[in-house]
Amino acid sequence: MIDKRVASLAEAVAGIPDGATVLVGGFGASGVPVELVHALLDQGTTDLTVVTNNAGSGETDVAALLRERRVRKIVCSYPRSTGSVWFEERWRAGEVELELVPQGTLSERMRAAAAGLGGFFTPTGADTRLAEGKEVRVIDGRRHVLEEPLPGDVALVKAARADRWGNLVYRTAARNFGPTMAAAAALTVVQVDEFVELGELDPEVVVTPGIFVDRVVRVGAA
Amino acid sequence: MSLEGRLDMRAVARRVARDIPDGSYVNLGIGLPTLVADCVGSDKEIVYHSENGILGMGPAPAPGAEDPELINAGKQPVTLLPGGAFFHHTDAFLMMRGGHVDLTVLGAFQVSEAGDLANWATDDASHPPAVGGAMDLAVGARRVLVMTSHTTKAGEPKLVPRCSYPLTAAGVVDRVYTDLAVLDVTTEGFLVREMVAGLDPDDLQGATAARLTFAADLAVLDPS
Repeated sequence: MIDKRVASLAEAVAGIPDGATVLVGGFGASGVPVELVHALLDQGTTDLTVVTNNAGSGETDVAALLRERRVRKIVCSYPRSTGSVWFEERWRAGEVELELVPQGTLSERMRAAAAGLGGFFTPTGADTRLAEGKEVRVIDGRRHVLEEPLPGDVALVKAARADRWGNLVYRTAARNFGPTMAAAAALTVVQVDEFVELGELDPEVVVTPGIFVDRVVRVGAA
Repeated sequence: MSLEGRLDMRAVARRVARDIPDGSYVNLGIGLPTLVADCVGSDKEIVYHSENGILGMGPAPAPGAEDPELINAGKQPVTLLPGGAFFHHTDAFLMMRGGHVDLTVLGAFQVSEAGDLANWATDDASHPPAVGGAMDLAVGARRVLVMTSHTTKAGEPKLVPRCSYPLTAAGVVDRVYTDLAVLDVTTEGFLVREMVAGLDPDDLQGATAARLTFAADLAVLDPS
């Protein structure tokens, strides 16, 4: 019997080691697995490489990891936003390394990892400082940059509903990086608002099939 | 130097909106370009794309009706129109990078006469760099329109022979709409198509670092 449901947030993040590369879903405040990130914080895990679109805002989730000095490196497209105080403080002090990646390249690098590809050539970033040091090849007359896959040891994802096989559906634009990250990590942990019975999710609208999911935990809706 | 007839950016947005064909799939960059959505006539059906996985994005919701998960690229609350769809990030950027988005309207710090765009970094080392989806959109949209003031607040030209700011993408800009003129990027550099009423071509050249040529059928930029 397959049952990927776990009973607590602590159980959901158990065993995630120091030094792990963690893919954290979300775009701005939409679709961020806040409770899972806080469970990781509570567990004491440190020396993390965090891959996420923004670098957190205010005092929650990724910003809290930065505040507590749990992050060694952040890989993201847009670390500067309203309230990204902790990122900016740690970055200015040289305490966190930043790898800035164009947003589509960030997503596609994770997709490449998920798909077992060794990388891809894209015109995005060609002739810019973000391509410095990277292999360039002219394809169809256009300069393309070689980008490498970006796998995670762990993905933390927020979805709306899951069944015990880990099939997922999301809510509105909170889907964002979830499906790609879920497929790109060795251990994928998902927080949902609701568990449903096997068979209850319409197979025509399942967004992330359970093959990509290892653990699901229910939060929020009591 | 007199720069008569300088438009406000809402008038520039109205001019950009007139060039967006009915039925287009459009991504509007954050900031000024979002003004364009308010100026597109109701006779046109335009599908707005947002990099975080939305097609058929609608206007801001009524106060109190905001959904914190349903936001645009600028992280502002939006709505979904009938016929709209949600999809994940990699597909959202596949649409941008794979040439599926018909056109984009972007802001700019500088545009070069070769169509190079600089709109993501100013080399201010006191702030961390941030790029978001700017490079993907500039490279991938089928048509790249730039909407910008003709000069900076300090009066520095933004249309230049070569960008001094870090590039977003090389050779991508098709057309530039400023508060003074509409210019196409051609193999011979900037070609002025329209100018605001009462402006002398020499004065426009004076406000532009790149060399301008003027179209044989140069027209007056209609701000209405």
